[in-house]
Amino acid sequence: MSEAIDAAVALAHRREWAQLLAVLARTTGDLALAEECVQEAFASALEVWPVEGVPARPGAWLTRVARNRALDELRRRAAFRRRLPLLVTDGAVPSPEDGLDDDRLRLIFTCCHPALSQEAQAALTLRLVCGLSTGEVARAFLVSEPTMAARLTRAKKKIATARIPYRTPPPESLGERVSVVLEVVQLIFSTGHTAPAGPGLVRHDLLDRALDLGRLLHLLMPTSADVSAQLALMLLTSARASARVSPDGRLLLLSEQDRSLWNAGQIEQGEALLVEALRRGPPGRYALQAAIAASHASAPGWEATDWHEIVALYERLFVLWPSPVVALNRAVALGMRDGPSAGLDALAPLLSEPALATYPYLSAARADFLRQLGRVSAAASAYEEALVLTSNDVERRFLLERLGSL
Amino acid sequence: MAKYMLLIFGDPAQWDAMTPDEWKAHDAAHAAFHDAAGARVVSAAQLESPPVATTLRAGSDGGLVLTDGPFLETKEGLGGFYLVDADDLDEVTKLAALLPEVRAAHSAVEIRPVVDHG
Repeated sequence: MSEAIDAAVALAHRREWAQLLAVLARTTGDLALAEECVQEAFASALEVWPVEGVPARPGAWLTRVARNRALDELRRRAAFRRRLPLLVTDGAVPSPEDGLDDDRLRLIFTCCHPALSQEAQAALTLRLVCGLSTGEVARAFLVSEPTMAARLTRAKKKIATARIPYRTPPPESLGERVSVVLEVVQLIFSTGHTAPAGPGLVRHDLLDRALDLGRLLHLLMPTSADVSAQLALMLLTSARASARVSPDGRLLLLSEQDRSLWNAGQIEQGEALLVEALRRGPPGRYALQAAIAASHASAPGWEATDWHEIVALYERLFVLWPSPVVALNRAVALGMRDGPSAGLDALAPLLSEPALATYPYLSAARADFLRQLGRVSAAASAYEEALVLTSNDVERRFLLERLGSL
Repeated sequence: MAKYMLLIFGDPAQWDAMTPDEWKAHDAAHAAFHDAAGARVVSAAQLESPPVATTLRAGSDGGLVLTDGPFLETKEGLGGFYLVDADDLDEVTKLAALLPEVRAAHSAVEIRPVVDHG
């Protein structure tokens, strides 16, 4: 019984949190108060539901409790005539024809406002949009809970005192603002896909939160090609998540993975979203990355990988997004197409790239090409270099095994 | 409505090196800012170059000490300011984007909300 209640609360938490907080933030004009009241509504659900049963409409029940709590607090504050830092809300509801009149979108765009640092944006999004506790957000970014609490407080204070408005951006800045949001979602996804440190390779909880965010954005902005493409990229990438680690916890490369473990449903959804994005305009950064992931997903086996297509896609991606990490991936794909010696040549110019100086995958990629060429001692020192830069336990074990097998 | 201070920072040497034509374009951009901001400009000033500054602070003997130069001895300094009214950060950012100093590589505009004492 109590397990069923806990599950009902957890489900309501995942489904209703963002909507609840977003509406309360708009109606009270106070983000911190909204957060507190929504938190308390869920706490009282845990107390009341086991006694009175799960309400027929959990969302409505939670809204009522949170709203009453907020009204009490606002009355109390009014009695004391305390001055409050308030959210700048529109007051009047914006014109519905822009299709962006949704409180959850206001909340997301406020959390991901470009006047906040990216780490603050990601932390606020996980806390306020996804409803993670401060402790959970702290663990996601590998900082202590007091540090994360201070970061969140500072960000909320900036929203209030600098008057970051609680609204969806106007059409002329929508594209820019959407890309800031997508970068935050992608950051949460990547953090879950390969945890920067710790025992597990994949943090499924973070992957799921990032996918939830992507689906919500797609629901609310169905005509944005970038939103569709980014969701496609996440689905096509996370489809492989369960196959990336063997039952005994070893890291498995793409070439070693059991492709029957790949999530066919996610691949299908991802491909459909990619097609949708490509129909809307020339491919952007996320569409090209999704196309690369789709190319891997559609190869029946490692040997059937179309490296010509993948190199060509990386070429196009590099034109659009000339980042050193894209250059590294392009060089690796080139090595797969033309052999380890060509791969090594393609990696060579990246060795002096400052942005990659502490990037473990550069050393790991070099090590692998050197190993294939039989250059044992050079390969060994490259694996050692990669080990120094890697904090994820599963990746470290993989590198140590490779080093030992030389 | 809230007040924001737009603090214009830059390298005075680069400002001094500007040609008359560059100044003309620069002044035109400030005029465009004034046109767009209208009555929202509460006050504004261009400041004399930071090296001309005099700084007053407490000395070790409890008295006051005057020093030659700005408080922060950096290459870049405060060149001027606007105090403006705006509804929110997005509105003031849109206005500040009209200032020529946000385009030059050596300068930038810092946006600071003013404390509202009611």
